[in-house]
Amino acid sequence: MDSQAIATHPGEHEVHEHPAYLRHHFETVEQQREATAFGMWLFLLTEIMFFGGMFAAYLIYRNWYYPAFAAASNTLSITLGATNTAILITSGFAMAMGVWCAETKRRKGLVLSLILTTIFGLAFLGVKYFEYKEKFELHHVPGADFSISQFVHPSAESKETPLAPDMAEKTQIYFSLYFAMTGMHALHMIIGIGLLVWLLVRSQQGAYTNGYVQPIEYFGLYWHFVDIVWIFLFPLLYLIDRHPGR
Amino acid sequence: MAHSKLAAESYDHDDPEAIHHIVTPTTYIAVYLALLVGTALTVIAAFLPLGPLNPVVAVAIACFKAVIVILFFMHVYYSSRLMKLTVAAGFFTFIVLIMMVLSDYMSRSWGLW
Repeated sequence: MDSQAIATHPGEHEVHEHPAYLRHHFETVEQQREATAFGMWLFLLTEIMFFGGMFAAYLIYRNWYYPAFAAASNTLSITLGATNTAILITSGFAMAMGVWCAETKRRKGLVLSLILTTIFGLAFLGVKYFEYKEKFELHHVPGADFSISQFVHPSAESKETPLAPDMAEKTQIYFSLYFAMTGMHALHMIIGIGLLVWLLVRSQQGAYTNGYVQPIEYFGLYWHFVDIVWIFLFPLLYLIDRHPGR
Repeated sequence: MAHSKLAAESYDHDDPEAIHHIVTPTTYIAVYLALLVGTALTVIAAFLPLGPLNPVVAVAIACFKAVIVILFFMHVYYSSRLMKLTVAAGFFTFIVLIMMVLSDYMSRSWGLW
């Protein structure tokens, strides 16, 4: 079929130069771009539905067991949460600059941007590690080791209202959702960092500064999506009610 | 609105170069700073005694941040109509699902749980 097309239209390929990255089932680079961007967005929309289920569970349980959610949320460190938000936004900004470097064919700039994206991504996971570690030490991980004592007998300086033991047990639901949501978010970041390493190697070889920017662009979409999830997780998990005792 | 006027300019399908709009670093820096300011505002707002408005303000700021990420970092502002419609339809469906779940929980004889 292909050879016939060439035979019946001699010389067409000389007039019409196809870049190597244009797949044979697309007519033009623009068509390929539009179709693949559409596909990437459809994938991201399924991701919204995936995280959306957890957000829906969060909304309902937060309304049911509000005192438990507020008290449990106040055990998280705002400093670490806000720092991590800034770190992730910075990582996203580096990624955005990477897309610009690829589009303007700056190989060194692209490599540097991807390295910065990876470093800030790893920094985020590092902070998350210390946050998780503290939860294990305080027995705030749902399960047999879970301790409600901090919520039933809060320290005087915390200004927290003591919870009845049955309500205090519900802090386990908060922490289950906390670990599920931040854990799935962290898993997405770990997968992203794996992909970043691959993109970094290929970028170093000049694969995405020859006019073919789509892999960088679509990875950018994924990375920004992960950012957006965190933009919602931060206020919803860390800042439920910061007026204890009021 | 100025926004829709600019958006109309951004998808001129007769010119392939117009479709692949290269977003400049200036735009990225502006969005980046806006996101950092938004994060600071979220933290400040959480300590203000706004009562039931506290979560509303927090989610409103988060939505604003998400929208600027989607429009500029994710280039939707410069995309074709098809892409804008797809993204909007996805979020709309998500909101519909959330509303249906919440209206279900609010309209049953809860309080007996």
